[in-house]
Amino acid sequence: MTKEDLIRPENIVKAKPSLMNDTAMHYCPGCSHGVVHRLVAEIIEEMGVSERTIGICPVGCAVFAYRYLDIDWQEAAHGRAPAVATACKRLWNDRLVFTYQGDGDLACIGACETIHALNRGEKITIIFINNAIYGMTGGQMAPTTLLGMKTSTCPYGRQPDLHGYPLNITDLAASLEGTAYVTRQSVHNVAAVLKAKKAIRHAFENSMNGIGSNLVEIVSTCSTGWKTSPVEANKWMEENMFKYYHIGDLKDITKP
Amino acid sequence: MIIGEIVINQERCKGCTLCVEACPFHLIQPAERKVNTKGYSYVEQVHAEKCTGCASCAIVCPDACITVYRLKK
Repeated sequence: MTKEDLIRPENIVKAKPSLMNDTAMHYCPGCSHGVVHRLVAEIIEEMGVSERTIGICPVGCAVFAYRYLDIDWQEAAHGRAPAVATACKRLWNDRLVFTYQGDGDLACIGACETIHALNRGEKITIIFINNAIYGMTGGQMAPTTLLGMKTSTCPYGRQPDLHGYPLNITDLAASLEGTAYVTRQSVHNVAAVLKAKKAIRHAFENSMNGIGSNLVEIVSTCSTGWKTSPVEANKWMEENMFKYYHIGDLKDITKP
Repeated sequence: MIIGEIVINQERCKGCTLCVEACPFHLIQPAERKVNTKGYSYVEQVHAEKCTGCASCAIVCPDACITVYRLKK
């Protein structure tokens, strides 16, 4: 067996999903957004619903998500993606509607839309990328920033008496009656990526089957905002983020 | 005998080195003093004959630059 014999289409075990196009992504090296984009593309491809999927883009780093995945997208105003998704899902009941939002978009300016859409039990999936920082605008403090964490707007670390406490949206969502599946995942290593894929697929299937609203939080890194290398950012996330944002399913009404 | 092989799209690679960490056999290394047209220092495979095609590198790659081939039994 030579290298040339092996490199054939029938031997492919992993490749770029066909829904992901060749446009180079604008994300920084090592950004978790790229992994989650790929997972979303793979799941939509496996479910065979690429012609019946509507994604809602946020404002933030993922604002250009529509450039990279060849499905239908709708851009929403800052934080209003769950409201737009509600309209899409109510008008096209048979479509897979999901929003893809960062923590600045979802947990800060869009906290109202998010909580109410989840509480109404809209048949949508919200993918929540939580890297505890405003990545696109220059690494400012977000509602999800950890206590003591340094950002460009709290250079001495976040202090509770001055800045308040981190907002844990996913724990909040799990306590709402309208939600069907609430989970928190990560994509820092192979096992975590595979688990995150399973979680997103479960959420997508729930929204296609019309079972409540679904929230998948992905605890992510922002190596540029955290001013570290991608590999060290993953280690920092494991040591610090996971203490406050515990990984695992918080709620699943489909399981007895 | 070769049972696995990876092809790295080096124009798309941003050199984040997450695949270097993920490879269980340490077969991926940053390419020394080489950059692509975007100026990123990309990665390359070393000791290609030891690759088992486990796809760990492709699973963690944020830019989907790695295509993995494995011999079907």
